[in-house]
Amino acid sequence: MAVASTKSVYWRGFRDSVPFIIVVLPFALVFGVLATEAGLNLSQVMGFSVVVIAGAAQLTALQLMSENAPTIVILASALAVNLRMAMYSASLAPHLGPASLWKRAFVSYLLVDQSFALASLKYEAEPEMTLSLKLTYFFGVISPIVPVWYGFTYVGAVLGSAIPSDFGIELAVPIAFIALIGPALRTVAHVIAALVSVVAVLLLAWVPYNLDLIIAGLLGMMAGARVELLLDDKP
Amino acid sequence: MSAADAPVWVIIVILGVGTFTLRFSFLGLLGDRVLPDWVLRHLRYTVVAILPALVAPLVIWSRDGKTLNEPGSLIVAITTLAVGYWTKSTNLAIAVGGFGLAFLLIMQG
Repeated sequence: MAVASTKSVYWRGFRDSVPFIIVVLPFALVFGVLATEAGLNLSQVMGFSVVVIAGAAQLTALQLMSENAPTIVILASALAVNLRMAMYSASLAPHLGPASLWKRAFVSYLLVDQSFALASLKYEAEPEMTLSLKLTYFFGVISPIVPVWYGFTYVGAVLGSAIPSDFGIELAVPIAFIALIGPALRTVAHVIAALVSVVAVLLLAWVPYNLDLIIAGLLGMMAGARVELLLDDKP
Repeated sequence: MSAADAPVWVIIVILGVGTFTLRFSFLGLLGDRVLPDWVLRHLRYTVVAILPALVAPLVIWSRDGKTLNEPGSLIVAITTLAVGYWTKSTNLAIAVGGFGLAFLLIMQG
């Protein structure tokens, strides 16, 4: 392979991630609208998208806040949704571990589903990439995504305040989640994990403090891991 | 029901710090050590285990939590799931679900 210049690697990353705008944009918009409809003000809505940058966890927190769940349960559930980030971190560490601390911190802040997916594919396909080119590619990938995430959260928040608040949104958050769940059910193990957690949460509805959600989630994860072992069904 | 009754900024800051800690965990603190297989295996299923558990009661029960939800809502939810599952497209699923919800709202007047 020809030696790639920093500039060309940056733009490769940029171009590779442009299609993901189609995924990020509507999700940012949906979060902005729903958070505003749920009663958050503009700075709180933007605070979520800038400080947390994790759509599914943000929607989880929003839903549980609307249900008046205890704060500790809101935090535990939303962080549980983000546990996968630790897996991303573990899998990029062999590639980006030698970078300086502040660069690793910056990568960490920007470590989202899309940047992880593209970067890890690239690093595995081209292991001879130098550390600095790997970082360059990562920043190229994230460049179109983050402005769209912030910007369309803002657009959503502004649109949300224009929609009358009696607009029935009870089902809108669940529908947004279901739209995420369907594509995530990639293997038999994923399907079983989801089924076990649904059955568990329905049977455990009597458990106080929304802990039924945490217990059901753990049971679902155990079921998924078990089925994966049994079927050797790696995603 | 208003999400604004919760301590919103406390939740934003702790969730932000917690999420950053998860992202920084291995990159920042543990260097190139890798997680044991069994931990990774469980982490792979966090999303498909937690999100359905969050959603299922909201979809299946009506607002009082005791009776089954109206059939229209159930149909929209199942259709959204099916479209997402078979097309593997979140956008298509969200579009179908959104149209379904809009249709329900119009039907209710």
